Formats: sequence, structure tokens, C-alpha cells
Amino acid sequence: MSQQSTPTAADQQPTANPQATPAADRRIRVLIAKPGLDGHDRGAKVVTRGLRDAGMEVIYTGLHQTPEMIVEAALQEDVDAIGLSILSGAHNVLFPRILKLLKDNNMEDVLIFAGGIIPPEEEPKLLEMGIGAVFGPGTTIEQTATFVRQNVRSAGSLAGGQTGSSESWVEPGPDKEL
Amino acid sequence: MAVSRYELSPSLADLVQRGLAGERRAIARLITLVENRLPEAAAVLHQLTPRTGRAHVIGITGAPGSGKSTLTNELIKEFRRRERSVGVVAVDPTSTLTGGAVLGDRIRMLENYQDSGVFIRSMATRGQLGGLASMTNDVVRVMDACGKDVIIVETVGVGQDEVDVAKAAHSTLLVEVPGMGDDIQAIKAGVLEIADILVINKADREGVERLNLHLQAMLSLAPKKVWRVPILKTVAAQSQGIAELADKVEGHLEYLKSSGEYTQRERARLRDELLSRVREEISRRVLAAEFQPGGLAEMLSRLEDRQLDLAQAALSLLHQAGPGQH
Repeated sequence: MSQQSTPTAADQQPTANPQATPAADRRIRVLIAKPGLDGHDRGAKVVTRGLRDAGMEVIYTGLHQTPEMIVEAALQEDVDAIGLSILSGAHNVLFPRILKLLKDNNMEDVLIFAGGIIPPEEEPKLLEMGIGAVFGPGTTIEQTATFVRQNVRSAGSLAGGQTGSSESWVEPGPDKEL
Repeated sequence: MAVSRYELSPSLADLVQRGLAGERRAIARLITLVENRLPEAAAVLHQLTPRTGRAHVIGITGAPGSGKSTLTNELIKEFRRRERSVGVVAVDPTSTLTGGAVLGDRIRMLENYQDSGVFIRSMATRGQLGGLASMTNDVVRVMDACGKDVIIVETVGVGQDEVDVAKAAHSTLLVEVPGMGDDIQAIKAGVLEIADILVINKADREGVERLNLHLQAMLSLAPKKVWRVPILKTVAAQSQGIAELADKVEGHLEYLKSSGEYTQRERARLRDELLSRVREEISRRVLAAEFQPGGLAEMLSRLEDRQLDLAQAALSLLHQAGPGQH
């Protein structure tokens, strides 16, 4: 299902002059990043392409990303979700740093999901830490896309549901005191 | 509760203030509002517009693989050395099939991530009603108001939409690469004539002189203008020729201002944009009334039955979309 012309909650926002309001067009934006030193990004590229085909705008930043680079890109691009692909085993070091930086920037409303090679026994710890989901080998694109669609901050309005005005989307939670 | 569309709610006013103060997350949010054409966008742009008009907007266009992103990255670094703050809007195409897009220009611009004087935003073409140029110009307005001195807009130089984006810049750079043969034929009609500066990138490759001659020949055929379009050689991947290019780009702005062409261009751009807004609004109203009596659907049936011709049907829809209705 494409997100192209899904009505948004914003469309119902009352305005004094609704005639002049152009059609709103909101799409899910996802950053796909490869933290750390692995030199293999086939999986990340497959996910990038797959989410594009699911109608999302996917920003791919390439190999060898530091947590700082990833969070800065996510901030400037104002993404709804970040997908982290990691094969090196360094997730227990890199993920907490990324989550900390997101917190420091009041970006806790950004959905994080991970993929690559992560031992199943380490998943619960990552989920507790704030990673939204861990997708191992064998996950379908459809599973990933569905997860993103259902869990991003704008999910309510993208689905046409009235979860408050678009105002709440402009300023989700703690962002205000920035 | 009906609010004036130009009245900012307190949190939106706060967001605008933070953006104007240069806070990057606020700028990112403002761009999202404008890019998505959310209802708040009108009020935000209304607030920002008086603060715009200071930035030098540079368009960079060229075929895929010509090195636009790498060149943009080098220009960012050069302008930073000259103590200018830099905004970048990197445009990539939306898939017409799925509505999704892969935005990959950032890969070449990662070196600048620690520099708070640089703000890079990727954008998909989307193919929406208002056209790419109108959307891009609004994003440029946000960056301009939020204090960026130089704003680089990077697009793939194919299609009318992208040509319009390039046209909206103060200085338009067209990037060519030696050895791409007849590709220039495809691009010459639309983009070559709007280029202010031609760049031969990857100039360490074979065929530079041939391309140079070719471009000079093309330029000699163009109508004579006061500004002589220069041809510069760069090897962006090795940072060669960048300072000279930046000099030319700045020189072009000086030329525009001293010759009075700056004002003319601004006016021409606003004219295009205004007309595009009008078209957008008419299309929106017509689509909103598609299934009403005398609407688009009915007109289509009557066209199919050959009861009307296209011009009649269009005029009829235009009347229906007229003032006060929607």
C-alpha cells in the first residue's frame, strides 16, 4: 500500500480559509544506517530498496557511520524512523551510544529498528534499551515495512486516524524544551 | 475553533523562533511542515517570508554520475572556509510506481556532519500537484530565513521539473563529464541554455578538450548575453578547481547585482512560482469537486461521448472552480 494520497489528520484542521490550503502530502521518512566498521551493506541496501517500494522515502548514508553521524543525519532529515544494520557484533557498544545521542537531542520519538547479525539471546536487552524491533535473517520486507508503518510517530495521522491535531505532531512531547 | 491561517499557535511560534535562531532541529521540523504542505505551512511561510532574500541560491544540475554530490561537498567545504553558512537541498527522484524514494546524496557529504554551519536536507521529487520547483523554493525560503548564507540546490538535470528548479536559483551550474558522448545532446536543449556556469568535472579523464570545444561551440550558438558563461574544469573527488569555481560563483552573484539582473530574475522566478500556485489551486479545486454535478467525472463522460471538446470542458471546470467555491 502506498502512502501517496492518504488523507492526514491535518486535512481536517479547521482554517478560516480552507480553499487556499494545498493538499497535504506526508510520507514516512526512514534513515538506513550502517554503524561501525563492517564493510558489507547488501542487507542495508535490500532494506533501503524494499522500504522505497513500500512507498517510503529512504535516506541511505553508506558504510562506516559513527553514532554522531547517524544522529545528526536523522536530525537534519527529520526522519520518522532509523534502521540500523550491523554485522560486526558491536551493537552492544554502538546502539546505546546512538540511543543516548537521540535522547540528548530530544529525539526519543524517532523509531529505531535493527537488523543484521544479532544473537537472539541479546534481543531482549536491546528491546529494553529502546530499540523498537530486531529483525534477523529471514525477515521479509513486508514485515519490516508493516512494523515501521504501525509504529512511527505519525502512524495515527498517516492511517487517517484522529490522534489529536497536527499540532501534536509538530511538537511531540519533550521536544519543546529544546 | 477557526483560526486564521496566518496566526501561529504558541508552539508553532516557538518553533519559528527557534528556527530563526538557527536551531537545527527546529529548521528540520519547519522544512518538514513546508515540504509536506501541512496546513501550518502557510502561517510559517507568512512569518518567514520577510526574513528571506539574503541567501545566494546556487543550482547544481547534471546527469546521474556526473559528480554533483561530490562537487556539492567540495563547495560546502570551500564556502565554509570563506565563513559562509551553507544549506543544501539534495533532490532525488520519487518512484512513479510506488511513491517511495531512495535519497542517497548524503553519502558524499558526510564529512560535514560535525559542522553546525552546514545543514543538508534530502528531498524526493514526489511529482505532486504544485511541481517540484514550488516545493523546493519553499524549503529554500526556510533555510534562507534561518540564516544560511549560501543554499545549494542539487537536482538531476532531466525533465522540465528539474530545469524549473535550476532556473529558480540565482546561479545555475551545469555539470558535464568527459566521455559521456551523446548524453550532451539530451541535455543541451533544456539545461545548457539556463546554465550560468558550465563545469567539466572529472577533468582528469580523457576527452576533456573535446568536451570543452563542444561546449564552446554550443555556447557560441546561444544568444549573446552580457554574462559570458565560463567553462571551468574540476576534479571534485580530488578537490581540484574548487576555489576557482567558488570564485566564479561569487563573481556571478556580483554581476547579477551590479547589472540589475538580480531583480529581474527574482521577478521572473516569482512569476513562475505564482503561476504554478494558481495552477495548483485550480487543479486542487477541480479534483475536490470531481464527482459533483458538472465536475471532472461528468466532463470526462461528456468528452467520451464527443458532446464537448477539451477546451469547452476545461473552461466549464474553470468556471466551476471559480472564486468562493472549492
